[in-house]
Amino acid sequence: MSETILEMRGITKTFPGVKALSDVNLSVREAEIHAIVGENGAGKSTLMKVLSGVYPDGSYDGQIIYKGEEQHFKSIRDSEHKGIVIIHQELALVPLLSIAENIFLGNEQAKGGVIDWDETRDGARKLLGMVGLSEDPNTLVTNIGVGKQQLVEIAKALSKEVKLLILDEPTASLSEKDSAALLDLLMEFRKQGITSILISHKLNEISKVADRITVIRDGRSIETLNKEDISEDRIITLMVGRSLDDRYPARVPNIGEVVFEVKNWSVYHPLHRERQVIKNIDINIRKGEVVGIAGLMGSGRTEFAMSVFGRSYGQKITGDVYVNGQKVDTSTVQRAVSHGLAYATEDRKTYGLNLIDHIKHNTTIANLEGISKVGVIDDMAEMDVANEYRKKTNIRSSSVYQVTGNLSGGNQQKVVLSKWLFSNPDVLILDEPTRGIDVGAKYEIYTIINDLAAQGKAVLVISSEMPELLGITDRVYVMNEGRIVGEMPTSEASQEKIMRAIVRAEGKAS
Amino acid sequence: MSTETAQPGVTSTGTPAASQQLTVMGALKANLRDYGLLAALIFIMLFFQYFTNGVLFKPVNLTNIILQNSYIIVMALGMLLVIVAGHIDLSVGSVSGFIGALAAMLMVGWRFPPEFAFLANPFVAGAICIVVGAAIGAAQGYLIAYHKIPSFIVTLAGMLIFKGLSLAILAGKSVGPFPAEFQLLSAGFIPDLIGPTTLVAAGEGTQAVVLHTTTAVLAVVGVVAMVIMALRGRSRRKARGYENEPYGLFIAKNLVIAALVLFFCYMLASYRGLPNVLIVMGVLIALFVFITKRMTFGRRIYALGGNLKAASLSGIKTERLTFYVFAIMGALAALAGMIYAARLNSATPKAGQGLELDVIAAVFIGGASALGGVGAVAGAVIGAFILGVMNNGMSIMGINIDLQQMIKGVVLLAAVFFDLYNKNRA
Repeated sequence: MSETILEMRGITKTFPGVKALSDVNLSVREAEIHAIVGENGAGKSTLMKVLSGVYPDGSYDGQIIYKGEEQHFKSIRDSEHKGIVIIHQELALVPLLSIAENIFLGNEQAKGGVIDWDETRDGARKLLGMVGLSEDPNTLVTNIGVGKQQLVEIAKALSKEVKLLILDEPTASLSEKDSAALLDLLMEFRKQGITSILISHKLNEISKVADRITVIRDGRSIETLNKEDISEDRIITLMVGRSLDDRYPARVPNIGEVVFEVKNWSVYHPLHRERQVIKNIDINIRKGEVVGIAGLMGSGRTEFAMSVFGRSYGQKITGDVYVNGQKVDTSTVQRAVSHGLAYATEDRKTYGLNLIDHIKHNTTIANLEGISKVGVIDDMAEMDVANEYRKKTNIRSSSVYQVTGNLSGGNQQKVVLSKWLFSNPDVLILDEPTRGIDVGAKYEIYTIINDLAAQGKAVLVISSEMPELLGITDRVYVMNEGRIVGEMPTSEASQEKIMRAIVRAEGKAS
Repeated sequence: MSTETAQPGVTSTGTPAASQQLTVMGALKANLRDYGLLAALIFIMLFFQYFTNGVLFKPVNLTNIILQNSYIIVMALGMLLVIVAGHIDLSVGSVSGFIGALAAMLMVGWRFPPEFAFLANPFVAGAICIVVGAAIGAAQGYLIAYHKIPSFIVTLAGMLIFKGLSLAILAGKSVGPFPAEFQLLSAGFIPDLIGPTTLVAAGEGTQAVVLHTTTAVLAVVGVVAMVIMALRGRSRRKARGYENEPYGLFIAKNLVIAALVLFFCYMLASYRGLPNVLIVMGVLIALFVFITKRMTFGRRIYALGGNLKAASLSGIKTERLTFYVFAIMGALAALAGMIYAARLNSATPKAGQGLELDVIAAVFIGGASALGGVGAVAGAVIGAFILGVMNNGMSIMGINIDLQQMIKGVVLLAAVFFDLYNKNRA
């Protein structure tokens, strides 16, 4: 048995109001492929950011022992200096620079500030050879596919004389062939003595390459399994391992006719024309029903919702939308809204709110017609509306004149909800409605969702938190890689069942 | 920064009724920027009044300040919308120059055959100029809104193109003078329908004070209307239980504004009355205040500038909105170009050059954010007056033009710095 190269002991990391990691222990042996698995938000990425110095020494508690010495990384530079290189899910390449320039970015082959281009190109070619790429080093990064870009990232890591390579969801956006090539490469590295930490959802990949697996759940390290002990069931149980408690308000469903239906919906990636992101999706929601879409990050749920809502995502969109049995045109946001649709975004800061303006203006912006005549706003009516919804959704602020940028996440989310409630939709699509907000505010949001359903609205909830979906919905669709891979009444659903549907689909896909 | 003081229990008076009432300090703090800007303008005026030995407030000079800055203010209104929408328009100076040239050629330069002679009519020509200006703005807006070319680049190109076009249609020469009707736009005053009133008869060594009565009457009517509207708004808010600023502050604010307006109009009335261009400006300012404060169109511009993605996901047609904003800017640049040309009584190839910088500076001094989403019409107007009074005052004092430029630069920087400092502290 080889010796331990990295030991993380008792890592605890707190963000304002949230304990992201508590007492996490991780031990990685030299020249192994160590997989870390866990649900979205379990703390995997946070742990890796602690390790690589993105969160500097002092901002967390616990010890990092690397090659037998305790380390105090102040920045990524420090950890890279020791041969620890992290490759993030979002690639950090500059698209309009060449492969060679990207590989040596920040580490230029230069003498006295003057770049030696021959050295750069030769070095790049050598590194590209090591990752199995035969591309010309002068090619711009934007002109090669995502799979090859991933390999360029790895070549870049190799140029830093990597000893411990961390890959965060490296195959999330890769095709099967590219994924397989990448995994082969990791096994090749293992032979050369390079240690890898692989963060992944894809259990089939992990069982193929990993020597050991550490399961993380709710910011804690649960267990580390050896290769021989790895089984799908075991991992799933460890990953979800929570019970539902009364974090969800009780609801009495009163479900009627189908009000909203999407048929045969297909969408292609906005930039990569040939990549199909959403594949022939059919869903429906009934009056008074709360329907969930479960799935892992990157499964295409947000892309689906946004493409339905005014074609706000993607291109070459095909399929039909029906509201109350009538085929409707939702090709612009205005049309979608006028047919009674509302979409509350998962990213409220980027897509949901005007953060420099106050609650009042944010509440009414999606339905200015409701407070105006011939384009003139009735400011008293607007005040009434803003105050009414502030009260209804229980926004905690000094007044409706508080700037939304200064509100807490939970209250911001309530402003987004107010905005869409005031537009009086029949169908509400709520994308990650409780992401990043505290337990109390979550309960309030669930209550609002219940009230909406009780008023006969159709509610579609997209969430990465399975317990939440099980707690508040009547029916759940499971989505994976742009397809609906399962549908079940919530009464018959469980986290294991959902996970199994996802994993099966993964298995089929590869 | 503003709202925490509105919390129940934090107010100074502990009565329940006062819970909807802002404290004096709270209300002042909430509107620090607006009051600060107005205070700065008054301070600058008093400063120059002192250092020009009283020349600044002479009726003829006040009238001059208005005439000199009218075209800047007209363009600042449009520029405010452009900047709030998150864009910039560098072409307005050149476009106004080009429209001035076009007006001159239509009315004076080109000899039309008899059947087209109507084109030289000042009113027809004026209308053509406004339409052409709007079309120029619309063309630039189209490229910016629908083809996503950065406004900086489109309008920089526009600046060069229209600079060249002015030169071309004027063939490098000045063209003028304009017909009398057209000159009235800048040089005219409203007629005194009632007839002059002599306040103080001429005595030994003193001149008579004769008032333009119509101006005086209009001023009083205007002020009374303003106060009545403010009072009505206040009582409507009160009836619904919404917070109001403290009564004392409300009275003080209205008194100060009323006094300023009356004083200003008195000065104008004792010269030649209200200039025509001031009426045009006043109507436009009122219209733009209304658009930005009360109309859905204006509200959507703020939403667009504040967060483009959120605005478009809220169902706002962001492209069309941007297009309209630039078209409006073009029409206002055309009007400004005509005012400028009418004032000089000729169109010159150099007219309008560099005006865009004064206009943009006025809007930023007035508190607009370069990132979009923030700014007010009143601020832009006061910003333009601050620059205008400084220009006028420094010229009377005989300060060299080089030094004047530097001082204006420093004032612009200081205003924006003060703004950011305030924001960061909050």
